[in-house]
Amino acid sequence: MVSVHSEQIIPASVKVLVAGGFGVGKTTLVGSVSEIPPLSTEELLTEASSGVDDLAGVEGKTTTTVALDFGRITVSPRIVLYLFGTPGQDRFWFMWDELAYGAAGAIVLIDTRRLEASFAAIDFFERRRIPFVVAVNHFEGSYDYEADEVRKALAINDSIPVVACDARKKDSSKLALIKLLEHAMSRLPAAEPKVS
Amino acid sequence: MAQPPDHWFDEEAGPLVRPYAMTRGRTRPATGWLDVATQVMAVDSGGDPLGLGPEHQAILRLCRQPLSIAELAAYVDLPLVVAKVLLSDLIERGDVVVRAPEQVASAPGRDLLQAVLDGVRAL
Ligand SMILES: Nc1nc2c(ncn2[C@@H]2O[C@H](COP(=O)(O)OP(=O)(O)OP(=O)(O)O)[C@@H](O)[C@H]2O)c(=O)[nH]1
Ligand SMILES: [Mg+2]
Repeated sequence: MVSVHSEQIIPASVKVLVAGGFGVGKTTLVGSVSEIPPLSTEELLTEASSGVDDLAGVEGKTTTTVALDFGRITVSPRIVLYLFGTPGQDRFWFMWDELAYGAAGAIVLIDTRRLEASFAAIDFFERRRIPFVVAVNHFEGSYDYEADEVRKALAINDSIPVVACDARKKDSSKLALIKLLEHAMSRLPAAEPKVS
Repeated sequence: MAQPPDHWFDEEAGPLVRPYAMTRGRTRPATGWLDVATQVMAVDSGGDPLGLGPEHQAILRLCRQPLSIAELAAYVDLPLVVAKVLLSDLIERGDVVVRAPEQVASAPGRDLLQAVLDGVRAL
């Protein structure tokens, strides 16, 4: 493979995932901080015929697609940050795995009116020890909970930051992203002592 | 270094298997593991463009400046897996260069995270 010196001209990529249940505001958050309108790409899936969830009864193999939307922030000429909205449905786990591989961390969006929609995402990142923060998206009719109440309801550790968020607002999405990056840095092993 | 994602699938992925479609039956890129965020860039290899399909050529035109695989797939409107296979053709021909895999596959270290944090704060 040709990669000689390419690191000098080809920027490094950093991935952040935006996860959470259906309709919780993932695409909205990606769009509000991205420098380009969110792009969409798809992955092809071949599904075996065994009776699983809504595919029960489908004969043979069918190919289906899962859409993936993402945004971009050019941090510097050498670094590009990508925000990937993870597909909401649990059956697309394998897609999450690929996305999470090498990611800096994740923002898990929650809607306090239906917390359970984001349980799977929290579980996913906890198990893989991927740094994440919880962003509480405020929808009309949702009650303002204290961070501790949210942590308790989600059964997550005190060390996990919980931030209030309005995914439609750039500054608010940006703050969630900053919290995540700070959290990811705090989780790094202590810096190696300098050899003198 | 962590294992590539083939060894990393969640059991809960259940009956979903990797797709088998397009690209002359090839479902995985021949050249290493390409991440969605991997940056690629076209280089002038002097190779014969006649051996390339229109999608290959479209990709080459798009990545005269470094671009991620996800962006390329979105712009040429091809599924990710197809874009990866086509890119692996181009990498093998020397028409495209990528960052060395060990730099794309691992979680970012302190310096990189700090640079991203500074950049995002300045937005
Ligand atoms: N009030 C309020 N509405 C929001 C907020 N974020 C998103 N919405 C709205 O909620 C709806 C769903 O938002 P999306 O961004 O499409 O949600 P998603 O998580 O990408 O949805 P799926 O991809 O279908 O799972 C849209 O109508 C948004 O305008 C928020 O912070 N506050
Ligand atoms: Mg969405």
